[in-house]
Amino acid sequence: MKREILNFFEMKIPSKSINEGFARMAVSAFASQTDPTIEQLAEIKTVISEAITNAVVHGYQNEPGIIHVKVSLLKEKTLKIVVKDKGVGIPDIHKAMEPLYTTGNADRAGMGFTIMQTFTDKLKVVSRPGKGTTLTMEKAL
Amino acid sequence: MIEYQTKKEKTVIFLSGDIDHHSSELLRKEIDEIIRKTEPEETVLDFSGVTFCDSSGIALVLGRYKLMNAAGGKVTLCSLPKSAKNIFLMAGLDRFVRIKEEV
Ligand SMILES: Nc1ncnc2c1ncn2[C@@H]1O[C@H](COP(=O)(O)OP(=O)(O)O)[C@@H](O)[C@H]1O
Ligand SMILES: [Mg+2]
Repeated sequence: MKREILNFFEMKIPSKSINEGFARMAVSAFASQTDPTIEQLAEIKTVISEAITNAVVHGYQNEPGIIHVKVSLLKEKTLKIVVKDKGVGIPDIHKAMEPLYTTGNADRAGMGFTIMQTFTDKLKVVSRPGKGTTLTMEKAL
Repeated sequence: MIEYQTKKEKTVIFLSGDIDHHSSELLRKEIDEIIRKTEPEETVLDFSGVTFCDSSGIALVLGRYKLMNAAGGKVTLCSLPKSAKNIFLMAGLDRFVRIKEEV
């Protein structure tokens, strides 16, 4: 069953690391209309930061690309965040989601997916090698 | 430039702003430069000025732990924002570094 969308915004941003902070501000400003707690807002900022960073670092391998973000406010006070890249994709999603698993360098902790899972109520990853990755998260507020 | 204080064998480094993938590489270089310069037995990372921290902060702390541990030293974190503390505990960082409320 399709749930009613009360409000949404969409944006396309180039895969530049400076946009990680911008995306956090944009999404937290949008989420503010539901009067979230400070802790919920910190969690929302963290998960969007993890998702955008993954698109920049892993999806596009620090090369230019476009990241598509859609954030919706669903009925029953649920925030839905979709982050899409057309990067390299994930060959083994199950493995990628294991805590501490990373294909990155020493500046990566392999905790992005674990954090996104812990700080949201639903996390769905759809990915095809060579095609890209779409991340869908839902968080009740 | 990051501010720091060093007395006896302890160096306190005051982190500020957002810690994310965008900022963490420069931050790492600056912290490591301070550690190299002061050669402390204990490095304290003071998070009281930190406005945001994601998993890049976990890697940053873990890397500084490895650096200090290789030289026989230790790392202490203090004044962690609640959300940073949450994700640090999620990663089990408290097995490697001491987490204090105040300096
Ligand atoms: N958007 C993406 N495109 C391609 N690979 C990805 C993407 N997101 C995550 N991954 C893969 O999943 C692994 C785990 O991601 P994560 O848990 O965020 O840890 P980290 O980013 O620290 O490596 C990454 O190292 C990478 O191999
Ligand atoms: Mg990540």
